[in-house]
Amino acid sequence: MRLFVTGLALCVGAHAALAQAQAQDANLARNLAAACFSCHGTDGHAQSGMASLAGRPQAEIMRIIGEFRSGARSGEQGTLMPQLVKGYTDAQMALIADYFSRQKPVQGAP
Amino acid sequence: MQTRRDFLKAGSAAGALAAASYAAPARAQSVGRVVVVGGGYGGATAARYLRLWSEGRIEVTLVEREPAFVSCPLSALVVGGSKRIEDITVGYEGLARLGVKVIRGEATEVDAEKKTVVLQSGQKLPYDRLVLSPGIDFIPGEVAGLDDPKAFDTVPHAWHAGPQTVLLRRQLEAMKDGGVYVITIPLAPYRCSPAPYERVCQVAWYFQKRKPKSKIIVLDANEEIQAEKALFQAVWNGPYKGMIEYRPSNDVKEVDVATRTTVTDLGDKQQADVLNVIPPQRAGAIAGKAGVISVNQRWCQVDWLTLESVVRPGIHVLGDSAFPASVMPKSGHMANQHAKTAAAAIIELMSGRAPNPAPMMSNTCYSFVDDKRVIHVTSTHAYDAAEKTMKAVPGSGGTSATASELEGRYGFAWARNIWADMLG
Repeated sequence: MRLFVTGLALCVGAHAALAQAQAQDANLARNLAAACFSCHGTDGHAQSGMASLAGRPQAEIMRIIGEFRSGARSGEQGTLMPQLVKGYTDAQMALIADYFSRQKPVQGAP
Repeated sequence: MQTRRDFLKAGSAAGALAAASYAAPARAQSVGRVVVVGGGYGGATAARYLRLWSEGRIEVTLVEREPAFVSCPLSALVVGGSKRIEDITVGYEGLARLGVKVIRGEATEVDAEKKTVVLQSGQKLPYDRLVLSPGIDFIPGEVAGLDDPKAFDTVPHAWHAGPQTVLLRRQLEAMKDGGVYVITIPLAPYRCSPAPYERVCQVAWYFQKRKPKSKIIVLDANEEIQAEKALFQAVWNGPYKGMIEYRPSNDVKEVDVATRTTVTDLGDKQQADVLNVIPPQRAGAIAGKAGVISVNQRWCQVDWLTLESVVRPGIHVLGDSAFPASVMPKSGHMANQHAKTAAAAIIELMSGRAPNPAPMMSNTCYSFVDDKRVIHVTSTHAYDAAEKTMKAVPGSGGTSATASELEGRYGFAWARNIWADMLG
């Protein structure tokens, strides 16, 4: 129960921080997500061989990020992403995931 | 010139659809002019994102001396022979379609007072802000015998991808079995720290298949392998065991081009059948002309919020020419990240707003140890407001556990994606 409450508080905290950050800088989410574009394509529209992130629900991206973080996704499921995500806060990741979720998906993308 | 071939074609369907949404915006109100010098990983990315993110409100001119982009990443595969130069060449048409004015030429002067770039042709390009992404040039006088550029027709550096890469490949093909390939590595920092060791793997892969009696000698001015040491050692002592002689702290100061002989600072001589000298490097020459080289007469110190020179306001410096923050590599991927931070900041500044106060950058380098297997190194860098620099985030980043074909496939996918991200 206590864990749950802490988790909820973290969640609310992250979302409040997210809203505040976006209010201060309308391009913050885009600028953070742009670091991902190098491999995952501009606005998450990937070329073949990398995951397209455009149009994926925020919750789905955050779940996968969480699995990279926890080590649940590793080995063949996560080569460098488990190392890379540790450079970002949950609030930053929530902004990035939100940005990709709002991009138009490419038809037929994986 | 559309020369992405074969393994790049696979991504073209999704690419074409994505490209459709990035057509040139119709006649937007201009907020100013930016000239970008250098169409590599930094400059091409900056040109593209200035157009995309300003929605066409910034007029962008890109000055590039070559007719098409040739990638340094993956060029080791051309040296090894599993890829051709066409496979790592991409044209600038995608940028032109976005409204970037692409000029083939050489920028020779910058008048920072008048805010004008002068080209070798005499053409003058006025700018409101200037982006310099000229990569590296070799420091004259550091290696005796190499000051005449013609020396590199015999002793290739192949540290600019293109004809030099092809020349090195041809020399390796022409070499007799039982010959000696010597590669020299300068003191760090130099462009792309794992790249010389990746090249050694590629030459070893080729020799193993075609010229098994041949030998590789690595003359490294540094005390040890500069990146992914344990991983490279595992490959050199594994599949390539007995083929590579690594000599640390061997700083080559002189080359006799006619006999392909190197001389170190201690006077040790080594003759080669194919000699590949990578000379010490500094920011590209135009950075010197623009007066933005500010560290050790080699590199350009920048404000990491904007990539703007700390000595010449209005001039932004990207990529290998920038004096790197602590543990920040000089890589194509890093230049692409510099460029996006700079493009975002330039648009904010030209629109009368403040740039993002907390930029983040990541790096990924894939090194091919043969034609299929890859090792990676990755890092994440966050802006530190107190020290006004980028710092690697503690606990983040790392390397592969071992070389794998899975990461080889990611390596090729990385190339397809970043080339599309920078060139459209």
